[in-house]
Amino acid sequence: MKCGQWPDNQCGSNVLMALLLGGLLLPIATLFAQGIGAPNTQLMALAPTVLGHYLRNTLVLMLAVMGGCACCGVVAAWLVARCQFPGRGLLQWALLLPLAMPAYLVAYVYTDLLDYAGPLQRQLRHWFGWQSAQDYPFFEVRSVAGVSVMFTLVLFPYVYLLARTAFGEQAGSLPYASRVLGCSPWGSFWRVSLPLARPALMVGLALVAMETVADFATVHYFAVPTLTTAVYDLWLDYGSLAAAAQLACWMLLGLLGLVALERYGRRQQRLYQRDGSTDERRYLLRGWRAFLASGFCWGLWLLGFGLPAAVLAHYAVAYGAQSDWWAFATFGRNSFLLALVTALCVLAIALWLQWQQRRRASAWPSMLASYGYAMPGTVLAIGVVIPLTWLDFQLNAALVWFGFGAIGLWFSGSMVALLFAYVVRFLAIALGGVESAYKRLAPQLDMAAATLGAPPTAVFYRVHIPLLWRGLLTTALLVFIEAMKELPAALLLKPIGVETLATYLYQFVSDEALEFAALPALVIVALGLWPVWWLHRHLWPSSMAPTQAPVRLRAEGLTRLG
Amino acid sequence: MFRFFALLGVLLTTTATAASATVTIYSYRQPFLIEPILAQFTEQTGINTEVVFAKSGLDERLRREGALTPADLVLTTDISRLAGLVEMGLTQPVNSKILAANVPAHYRDPADHWFALTLRVRNVYSSKARVGKANLSYEDLAKPEYQGKLCTRSGKNAYNIALVASMIAHHGEEQTEQWLHGLKANLARKPQGNDRAQIKAVAEGICDYAIGNSYYFGKMLSDPNQQPFAEQVEINFPNQQDRGAHINVSGAVMTKYAKQPQAAQALLEFLSAPLAQQQYAEVNMEYPVNPAVAPSSLVRSWGEYQADSLPIHRLAQHHKAAITLLDKVQFDL
Repeated sequence: MKCGQWPDNQCGSNVLMALLLGGLLLPIATLFAQGIGAPNTQLMALAPTVLGHYLRNTLVLMLAVMGGCACCGVVAAWLVARCQFPGRGLLQWALLLPLAMPAYLVAYVYTDLLDYAGPLQRQLRHWFGWQSAQDYPFFEVRSVAGVSVMFTLVLFPYVYLLARTAFGEQAGSLPYASRVLGCSPWGSFWRVSLPLARPALMVGLALVAMETVADFATVHYFAVPTLTTAVYDLWLDYGSLAAAAQLACWMLLGLLGLVALERYGRRQQRLYQRDGSTDERRYLLRGWRAFLASGFCWGLWLLGFGLPAAVLAHYAVAYGAQSDWWAFATFGRNSFLLALVTALCVLAIALWLQWQQRRRASAWPSMLASYGYAMPGTVLAIGVVIPLTWLDFQLNAALVWFGFGAIGLWFSGSMVALLFAYVVRFLAIALGGVESAYKRLAPQLDMAAATLGAPPTAVFYRVHIPLLWRGLLTTALLVFIEAMKELPAALLLKPIGVETLATYLYQFVSDEALEFAALPALVIVALGLWPVWWLHRHLWPSSMAPTQAPVRLRAEGLTRLG
Repeated sequence: MFRFFALLGVLLTTTATAASATVTIYSYRQPFLIEPILAQFTEQTGINTEVVFAKSGLDERLRREGALTPADLVLTTDISRLAGLVEMGLTQPVNSKILAANVPAHYRDPADHWFALTLRVRNVYSSKARVGKANLSYEDLAKPEYQGKLCTRSGKNAYNIALVASMIAHHGEEQTEQWLHGLKANLARKPQGNDRAQIKAVAEGICDYAIGNSYYFGKMLSDPNQQPFAEQVEINFPNQQDRGAHINVSGAVMTKYAKQPQAAQALLEFLSAPLAQQQYAEVNMEYPVNPAVAPSSLVRSWGEYQADSLPIHRLAQHHKAAITLLDKVQFDL
């Protein structure tokens, strides 16, 4: 290939792409290498006994959570983006708050509340004089349905956030054009708005599916074994990393297959926003419709954030005196810095990959690079430890050979390992966010800029970035919040002497002493809230104020969405 | 901005090379349980300690780190992990007269690779109101008369795996499978929660009997919030008519490539000595391994018991068979 001059240098970016992908794929390649070969006998031994159940649980759970998140996320996003009702301004960002809550904590809070021995059922028994579980029907929390609800409550904001941005940025005239052409409000929603939001929606749902499949702590607590349970069993109890790696790789291929299928389904679609402006015209909801819309959104907020946060706050107050406040400051600082650096690194890589994707029109590098989110954290950590310790051994051997002393685990024993794991794990979130932002940017913009003589880098800095920056910051925020609460990889990879809030609170959670975990959990949430609030103030200042002139449209039917 | 980068620099360059006279511990036990004891150790000897805690994966990390590992000791909560580490060749023997004197021979490795630090009995709890004290065996729990009356945590928790391993050691795999089928049929609800949750379940009337470790009961009795549950429950020592109650141990190994072997040995000796053993007994309500130290007065009030004389390392031999059986009977589903 002929190489152009920098910055148009294709060879340079090819080499960079190869290096980047090589690095990002290193953990999965390591695991593939562990699991490669004939079907593992240990894995096969599980097939006739429990694997079928696990697979069924996993599939049902994944579909239920995706369905739940799609319903809750899309409805909430539509209401907030396209309708005007009391509390909309506040809800706009309040609905993101469930993301700041670690899922396993929400799970603990709800099982405590809803279990047979929990306060709710006890009160019911007290009121109605029931004696035992046989006397009355009650929702079994520790079931597939229970976990599905729990995941939906904490994960729907992914769909909500991406869909809201998509609905908000939809070329304003399109839905109105459809109305003028005779579509009912419902018809306009189903036939114009929703299909236009599909790429964003699918990115959100893919993230939700990956998070669900990779989770271990929550499903374990709910006693609903999934394939990830089998990965852990195979590795930790049967002692076969090969079998565990093989199963993890199969799960990954399955998920990648689903994502590819969805992309194939919309291969002919091209959706672009016409201009960068957001459309501020909204359906004005009044009366019971406004009440319903408001109630639905606040209900979601309450269940996903308000209630668990209140329970945690209650514990924190009751047990706060026994906590080491000074330690929190250090752990909080560690968590905050780590999450910030992760967010910046991940955003830079995702942006570069997506820029390349736009220029080359090939999506496979991004697709490959986003596998990490589907890996259970502990398994990913092992995939990181193996190559990095190998590097450490080479480095130490080389140093000794040159007559210096060994320096220990410079890669695998330092923050490098954890950052590496986080970049691999959270790249999917950033790629999804950046991609859905890029997808709405018409290629004519690039062409126009190029025609006017701008080199690709100038197009990137002067056209893309100014149009993308809201989407980019939102994406960085998502990664930041996820990195704040990440646990399994941090447990295994954090350097000695470094503690994050998540690892600190885990020692209490793992002993089912939720009371002592409450305060650090709230600090995680608070540190996650701060950037949400900041973004809100500085990025969307207009959304604080009520819309100047909400255009009143006939809102029949639409409110039934709520 | 400068401060930010300075902090970042500090964070990024914090590597695994430990300072001198710091014992680095990979721990499967929650740090908050052992920190008071470690603080006393530091006070007495001037040797610092650093704890890395995880519930899983530390073995693998240790194995990968090989000669470069910063870990000096590994603390575990179960015999299978201790034996597993020895089997993987990640440990070294510790020849210490103090340890030999403090830890009875059947609670340490014949080749001195692992040492038990505390003992935990797998008890059967019963409802005070509905059944009272129960004099039964683990075998009894599988009998049809207990149908719908039994609670337990996940079969694949380390403590339950060890119990199943002891059944295999005594009765063989075939009979143990039958026993597991019976046990599963008697469950009042699918296995879930931890041992405390089982005691609560008995108190709340979900089941009449539950399987759980001794110290959880003790800790619940000494926590004002959980005391009301524990007080509705009797603690029973199973198999007192025959072989005795099943025992598991928490313990420690020294890693093969320990950077501070002397300091690590000093810590091991300290942990087995009366002062630390008393802490284990009084704060964690565990049975001390050191025969010179008595259990806490609360634990003593439960009475004397006869322990299963099965050599503890034989539990580890049947670990894999036990989990295979648990999956075979689909115990957790």
